Amino acid sequence: MSTSLQNGINTLIGQIDAPTASFFTSCVHCGLCADACLFYTETGDPKYTPIHKLEPMRRLWQQEYTFWGKLMKKVGLSKPVTDAELTEWEPLVYDSCTLCGRCSLVCPVGNDIVYMVRKMREGMVASGHAPEGLKGATQRAIELGSPMGVNLNTLKAQIKHAEKETGLTVPLDVEGADYMMVLSSAEVAEYNDIIGAVTRIFKQANVSWTLASDGFEGTNSGIQIGSSDLAAELVGRIVRAAERLKVKYVISPECGHAFTALRWDGPNLIGRPFPFKVIHIIELLDELRSSGRLQTEGVDETRMTFHDPCQMVRRGGVIEQPRNLMHMVAPNFVEMPEPGVQNWCCGGGGGVSANHRAEPLRNQVFSRKKAQLDAINVKTIVTSCSNCRTMLLDGLENNHMDIEVIGLTELVAEHLSDNAEGKAS
Amino acid sequence: MEQELLLWVRGTGLQIAAAVFVFGMVYRMLHLLMLGRKMSLAAPRGSEWSGGLRTMWKRSFVSTKLSARGNFTVIAGFIFHIGFFITLFFLSQHIELFRAVLSLHWPAMPRGVIDISAVLAIGAMVALLVHRFVDPVKRLLSDYQDYLTWALSFLPLLTGFMLLREIGFEYITLLTLHIASVELLLVVAPFTKLAHMFSTFISRWYNGAVNGFKGINI
Repeated sequence: MSTSLQNGINTLIGQIDAPTASFFTSCVHCGLCADACLFYTETGDPKYTPIHKLEPMRRLWQQEYTFWGKLMKKVGLSKPVTDAELTEWEPLVYDSCTLCGRCSLVCPVGNDIVYMVRKMREGMVASGHAPEGLKGATQRAIELGSPMGVNLNTLKAQIKHAEKETGLTVPLDVEGADYMMVLSSAEVAEYNDIIGAVTRIFKQANVSWTLASDGFEGTNSGIQIGSSDLAAELVGRIVRAAERLKVKYVISPECGHAFTALRWDGPNLIGRPFPFKVIHIIELLDELRSSGRLQTEGVDETRMTFHDPCQMVRRGGVIEQPRNLMHMVAPNFVEMPEPGVQNWCCGGGGGVSANHRAEPLRNQVFSRKKAQLDAINVKTIVTSCSNCRTMLLDGLENNHMDIEVIGLTELVAEHLSDNAEGKAS
Repeated sequence: MEQELLLWVRGTGLQIAAAVFVFGMVYRMLHLLMLGRKMSLAAPRGSEWSGGLRTMWKRSFVSTKLSARGNFTVIAGFIFHIGFFITLFFLSQHIELFRAVLSLHWPAMPRGVIDISAVLAIGAMVALLVHRFVDPVKRLLSDYQDYLTWALSFLPLLTGFMLLREIGFEYITLLTLHIASVELLLVVAPFTKLAHMFSTFISRWYNGAVNGFKGINI
């Protein structure tokens, strides 16, 4: 799509729906959303107030959809949205917003601010104001199949490695399997122990599953940059693979935005309901636990906590399941202050981690996570989002904090009951 | 002359203002609702309606931990809104007006309670205005409408309190000023951010509906 200011303005006006109009009508400029945003709380800079990040869109709403706004525009008294303004707003819309949705939780008039930031990004893309780092990641995802550049050969190498390690077969392209597992880029590239972990868990629980050679990558840069067209192309690859293999379920990986893209936005992006169900890997593991198909033995006595990925918990509703699994294997599990839906973001969601320009700011605002961790004195952080995991590792390293970070699925797999393993198959 | 002016403001003037308020507000709310929204094609995990209705109520209370500036805003905001509603709906003279216009009535509160409510509401409004000037976040966000709507909400409270205590001017003058200030508020409300008195509940519903759809109970 060609990008221009007019395209951006038209896109933004087209994004304004009943909820958006209601939100802008209701805002009384109380500034409470600032208190919910780590970019404000950790810098004290008022420009990071969430509702302020939407100022160009708010003015367009006022000029196009309100009596006074239209009148002022007619007589030439309104301030038009310009390229210079959108350039100034780019760091506010991208670098200082992880789409974590905490602001939408605090607003007393009920404004879903992150819903509007997501819409604002559509206009920023259309006007050519998306950050270079995110543009590059999205381009790689579209052209190569992954924002990190991993491809089928990388996956096959990791499958071989997992098979050697576990002595089990990792199913690939098995038609008629019940579940199709999707991975995130980081899981294929860095946290590849996940492949062995799910292979062992699914063997024990007798889950019929497969990976798909043409739909294994769940990371959706299109959602993060704010381009529904590109997000639809990326999610469409998974849908086509799932339909080809005739699976009943697609498993979202430990990746926050992949879950949002698949579970909540996917059918809307491609314009039709999915012929399969989408389930988060943590939801599935908890279902297997409650039905007795997932059995563990032994515990890890380490004092550990769980970092709630925003898209899985606050925006995704998978809240109790990770805690049920933690209690299964970690008797010294402690909650951070403000856990669950109130949890603070790692600082790198919503495309911030792919945006190199945002790195100094991201490092600065990690002080919020540091304060949460300082309050509980843990040795290990468990999480279930590979992007959170990388951001946590980075932040801990920068702050010289000696805390291990692990994935929840891997933690569970480490404690799989040997006796039960494979007995059901 | 003064008598005639009072007769006009409490008669024709009030009718015009009430009509502009009702029709203007209905138009404004329908206008925004009719922009519509795309229904989600994803499989729901819960009910939009239960989430929406829950948030319409629960968002009256902030559940997130706030800073001192945030807590000040919440507390002062609460005092203003509650004080305003008590004086509006529980002063015996106001109830008489509702009885005359709507044929609805309910018990009044003692004058002492009304006096305290009005003073607290006025004090909270002054404090919120000062905070809007001194707090960097609010100062950055504020535009002319924030100050205009503050003044339009403040005048009925101030003139009403002066009227009850007979401060400053003669009774007829104060009554005329009080009713006129209310009429100004009614006429302007649908076309400014004062419309939040209704749109807030629509916003809360939409916000809660998204969470309800996802089965998130907040």
